[in-house]
Amino acid sequence: MNSTDNDMSTRDAKWREELRNAITAKERTAIPRVKMPELDPQYRVTCNEEVNQGISLEQAVLEATRCMDCPDPQCVKGCPVNIDIPGFIKNIQRCEFEEAARVLKATSALPAVCGRVCPQEKQCESKCIYLKMKKQPVAIGYLERFAADRARDKAPVPRTVAKNGIKVAVAGSGPAGLSFAGDMAQRGYDVTVFEALHQIGGVLKYGIPEFRLPNVVVDDEIKALENLGVKFIKDCIVGKTITREELVAQGFKGIFVASGAGLPRFMGIPGENLIGVMSSNEYLTRVNLMGAGLPGHDTPVIRGKVAAIIGGGNTAMDSVRTARRMGAERAIVVYRRSEAEMPARIEEVKHAKEEGVEFMTLHNPIEYIGDEKGRVCAMRVQKMELGEPDGSGRRSPVPVEGAVDQIPVDMVIVSVGVSPNPLIPESIPQLQVSRRGTIEVNEQNMESSVDGLYAGGDIVRGGATVILAMGDGRKAAAGMAEKLENLNK
Amino acid sequence: MFKIVEKEHFSENVVKMIVEAPMIARSRRPGHFVIVRTGEGGERIPLTIADADISKGTITLVIQAVGESTRKICALETGDSFTDVVGPLGKATHIEKVGTVVCCGGGVGVAPLLPIIKAMKQAGNRVVSVLAARTKDLIILEDQVKEWSDELVIMTDDGSYGRKGLVTNGVESVIKSEKVDLVVTIGPAIMMKFVSLLTADYKIPTMCSLNTIMVDGTGMCGACRVTVDGHTKFVCVDGPEFDAHKVNFDEMMMRLRSYN
Repeated sequence: MNSTDNDMSTRDAKWREELRNAITAKERTAIPRVKMPELDPQYRVTCNEEVNQGISLEQAVLEATRCMDCPDPQCVKGCPVNIDIPGFIKNIQRCEFEEAARVLKATSALPAVCGRVCPQEKQCESKCIYLKMKKQPVAIGYLERFAADRARDKAPVPRTVAKNGIKVAVAGSGPAGLSFAGDMAQRGYDVTVFEALHQIGGVLKYGIPEFRLPNVVVDDEIKALENLGVKFIKDCIVGKTITREELVAQGFKGIFVASGAGLPRFMGIPGENLIGVMSSNEYLTRVNLMGAGLPGHDTPVIRGKVAAIIGGGNTAMDSVRTARRMGAERAIVVYRRSEAEMPARIEEVKHAKEEGVEFMTLHNPIEYIGDEKGRVCAMRVQKMELGEPDGSGRRSPVPVEGAVDQIPVDMVIVSVGVSPNPLIPESIPQLQVSRRGTIEVNEQNMESSVDGLYAGGDIVRGGATVILAMGDGRKAAAGMAEKLENLNK
Repeated sequence: MFKIVEKEHFSENVVKMIVEAPMIARSRRPGHFVIVRTGEGGERIPLTIADADISKGTITLVIQAVGESTRKICALETGDSFTDVVGPLGKATHIEKVGTVVCCGGGVGVAPLLPIIKAMKQAGNRVVSVLAARTKDLIILEDQVKEWSDELVIMTDDGSYGRKGLVTNGVESVIKSEKVDLVVTIGPAIMMKFVSLLTADYKIPTMCSLNTIMVDGTGMCGACRVTVDGHTKFVCVDGPEFDAHKVNFDEMMMRLRSYN
């Protein structure tokens, strides 16, 4: 056995064996899956409070008991950052919550975030042994959030990391950047994160709403990184305010580009530039980052009474649920395929429905109509049906000839995806980018065509999830550290 | 950071501020803009950079108080600081020697025009500047513009200074008296629209710099989108300068009223 400081949590540990033998498999599997306590839908649409309230200590310990502590845990393979899932869950079961949080932190810089926004049903929980028994999987996400939140309330465990004094830079403070920064700081590197906006956190701040991910959760994770020695510089755009050459000249030995998904996509249909038609990025940024609608905040936002949200992803769900909270009496998701093909998390769709959101599936907007002042007042939608599967494996929507409806709307939020942010690729001419504008990297270590320049997250993937971005950050950290260590030999 | 080291009133509602922003001062080029914010609840406001001093680490901004946020900015005094200044944003102006360049600016548009006038002159062009405003008091930066221009025409709506008439009258008189190779226009959208219509008649290439509503200013939100040559463009990353003859100014003016 390696004598790592993880020893006390390995599966062979005596306490783990005792927990496995404490009750029979029959008793264990008879325990029903925990239900997440949620705010009442009628109440929650009136405010921004977090919908999921988090499970109690008793619920967590019982849920942790359900975990079989499999010898070859498949859940770990389903996790993009390969968190030692049974390791942290069994620590919850024995009420060693700080140890549980430590196991999480060893592989994930942002467990309190992931426990809230990861699509667990498509990742770790989709591999759980319980599914083979036709039972509901262990609530890994809820348990992750529980352990991470318990640790947030405690003073951070002081860690001493031997510093190596080597400077590395990160462009962008979203999930990929933060994950990379955490990993490199733990390796002893001197990490500086440059952020273009006036707040640290990227999409975790401007994109994901407060009712799904409170800012205080993100800020606590950032504070933990600061405690590790990570420096954050706001209002600084790599490629604009400071160039790659200047960073190199200032002694940065490696740069990780995690500048995220930039340009929102529009559909190119008539009326898309009318007043009241906007991207989900604009709508969510105004509300989440700028505090539009809150007292003491100057940024305006359009408050539609009938809001149509175009698209079926998580961003569309965030937008439509925000619209309900901002006073929309009708909030309608317009999606061109059926609900089965919707990319949004099941939980988000469920929450949206509970909050009175209407779903107009198998419909696609073809035109927006404006009033005499240029404000959107109606939209024309084409009815669709599902045809043959397309490149994504999903059945592609085809128009039903002649089936066009017109519905009155006074706000439209277009949430049909984003293109990569062009600022950094444009500033480094020798950088290889794909036809779509994403930075091309070696998938093993995330290094780009430019020596010492690594990239990850949406600037590489085009549009993905928080956890995939974090996985890229981890991989890039390992890749860059290996390269820098070889250079120093 | 971002301390205001000097403030000057050009008129009641127009102020010039010199702001500490050493990294931006070093990296900015003519045509670039910044986004500023005052106070923790402040709005992000795009402002074109009028000048910069690398040795002092400062940039010059000219702000017209038109709404609540710009009024808050104009109320800041020497010694106060902006909460945030980020940039330089947008694409820099393409500067080359083309022959004779007419630079026409209206209102506070003269401020972002000044570095272009300077750069066009330094590139070896003959520069004729046309400054226009409603009345004498609203003509700004006259001396600085004069310093870098071969000729200067001033137009006021009420005839209180220079010649009486609109900016288009001034530009047309230049076009009629000599061969003009390029027109650069910065000012209110309505002014740029009419300059563009005029120069289209004379088939003179014309460049405009657009100031639209923005939030992040880095390409993320799309609030600034305009139609250029039938395609949607983002002013913050594709602009702010475009071929004026291809810009849909009517749509742009409509979108500027989004929150009125």
